[in-house]
Amino acid sequence: MRFPTHVAGLPLRLDREARRLWKDLAMSIAALLCVVIALIPLGSILVEATARGLQAIGPSFFSLDTAFGGIGNAIQGTLILVALSSLISLPVGILTGIYLSEFGKNPLGASIRFFVDVMTQVPSIVVGIFAYSVILELGQAGIVSTRLVFSAISGTLALSVIMIPFVARTAEEAMRLVSTSTREAGLALGIPRYRVILRIVLPSSASALVTGALLGVARVAGETAPLLMTAFGSGFGFSGLDHPVESLPHTIYTFALSPYTAQNQTAWGASLVLVVMMLLISVFSRLLLRSRYRVGGAAP
Amino acid sequence: MLSLRIVRRIARGLPRSLGDPLFKGLSAVVAIGVVALLGIITLVLAFAAEPSIRRFGPSFLAGGVWNPVPPEVFGAAPFVYGTLVTSALALLIGVPISLGIAIFLSELAPAWLRIPLTYIVELLAAVPSVVYGLWGIFVLDPTMRSVIEPAVQATLGFLPIFQGTPIGSDKFAAGVILAVMVVPTISAVSREALLAVLANQREAALSLGATRWETTRLAVLRYARAGIFGAIILGLGRAVGETMAVTMMIGNRNAISVSLFDQGQTIASWIANNFTEAGPLELSALIELGLVLMLMSLLINVFARLMVRRVLRRGEGAA
Repeated sequence: MRFPTHVAGLPLRLDREARRLWKDLAMSIAALLCVVIALIPLGSILVEATARGLQAIGPSFFSLDTAFGGIGNAIQGTLILVALSSLISLPVGILTGIYLSEFGKNPLGASIRFFVDVMTQVPSIVVGIFAYSVILELGQAGIVSTRLVFSAISGTLALSVIMIPFVARTAEEAMRLVSTSTREAGLALGIPRYRVILRIVLPSSASALVTGALLGVARVAGETAPLLMTAFGSGFGFSGLDHPVESLPHTIYTFALSPYTAQNQTAWGASLVLVVMMLLISVFSRLLLRSRYRVGGAAP
Repeated sequence: MLSLRIVRRIARGLPRSLGDPLFKGLSAVVAIGVVALLGIITLVLAFAAEPSIRRFGPSFLAGGVWNPVPPEVFGAAPFVYGTLVTSALALLIGVPISLGIAIFLSELAPAWLRIPLTYIVELLAAVPSVVYGLWGIFVLDPTMRSVIEPAVQATLGFLPIFQGTPIGSDKFAAGVILAVMVVPTISAVSREALLAVLANQREAALSLGATRWETTRLAVLRYARAGIFGAIILGLGRAVGETMAVTMMIGNRNAISVSLFDQGQTIASWIANNFTEAGPLELSALIELGLVLMLMSLLINVFARLMVRRVLRRGEGAA
């Protein structure tokens, strides 16, 4: 039998040349392994959340309150918190994005962009403390009711502060995708700049704007830490903006630490709902972007 | 979107010459307002932390005791220590993996695999922190306790950091889950830094007969160094501020100990555990902890952004 001289097209004799080729292969495999290792937790989370979560999900899972074994009030609360935060964050964030993309090519714009970037990284628990402190101080000064400290309103304040910088940056990126010639065409027709922005730039970047908004929603819908000290949580359904409100992440947190197996299962069920929501938003926004701009791998 | 329509309707009624400056002014004021929030957050925290700052002064950071029983004494040292240890561990585990991912996705992977894999790695960032925590408690914790930690102890048990009985919910486990959470950040920013290296840099190396890996090492990594460094610091920022997953994994015991197999506490986990049950002075001390966390995160992120921006701009400018 002839001894093989090559494996997978690479020479077996380890002269200098061969060592280089083998090393190349080894490093490629090592790098691939890194990807595989990183994906193990993701895979495990998806599998476990599906397997354990499905056991919790029954006919009444989505309708009952958390006090009675369902997550109806948590879904309701998360929807309310996210809707209110979007109502504040989208206009403010998009206006900031407009400034950055349309008027921001100067030192002021550059430094605003820089600090908006920094803001997206402020720890969310710090934002929670901020919202709590603001409302507490206002309450003690008699400007608002101190009941608002733990309420849907303070939760909304915290989530908005987290969402605004995120929306601002994605809105800026979205509007930058609109070509300069499109803007110039509008301006050449004698349309004032603000109307070019509102009637041409914004609509042209609509799908990217929607993507940014969705990603912002995904980001705050999973926030837990700031809600611990603001929206707080409740075992029952929504009872007013000035009352504590339950949310999916809060349900997961409290039930994960619970000694009761049934509540642990509810936590997995709630996680499954939250993760599926995140994945749907992620996939949907990716499709939305691709269909329009064909974002592709700009391979070097 | 609704309010945009209102803005538009108002704008339509304005005289031509007024619209532009008004609109520009409005967007500038809003943008500046958003950035001002950063300062406002810091000021509000400092204001609310004032009783604690006044009472304890700089000794707050060095103090190892947290005692809400009068006379109240509050010190931050165990939490600062826990934050630094778990973040360092997260980087130690997360950085090599993230760099491997970034190199694979930008240099070594076949072209058809790059986009889907990049996207899947990004999904790691879409999983909420609290879900990582839940997974940590029910999946990672038992695995750490019965498989990973004993294995680590069997090989490296002579080191003081691996002494004691592995319990699964400890600083080591918190570091591991943080590593998982910093990977998407570090790998994405590093990948951008690698992609910002000009193609002719690679072509030059390849044309001299270098293999893919040699090209990466000699011609790409060297140029992306500063960007990768920035990416790592950004990851550090993420690890330092991360709350829920760590709170659920670290075991929550506030003491400084050398062994990673002991329970611990981070700044964020201590705040999350105690905030709603604290008396007035303790609350103010917790807010001061929040202020410390805020300043740490500001410092880290400003530094990281400056590093990353320099590299990416060089790439853009030359392209």
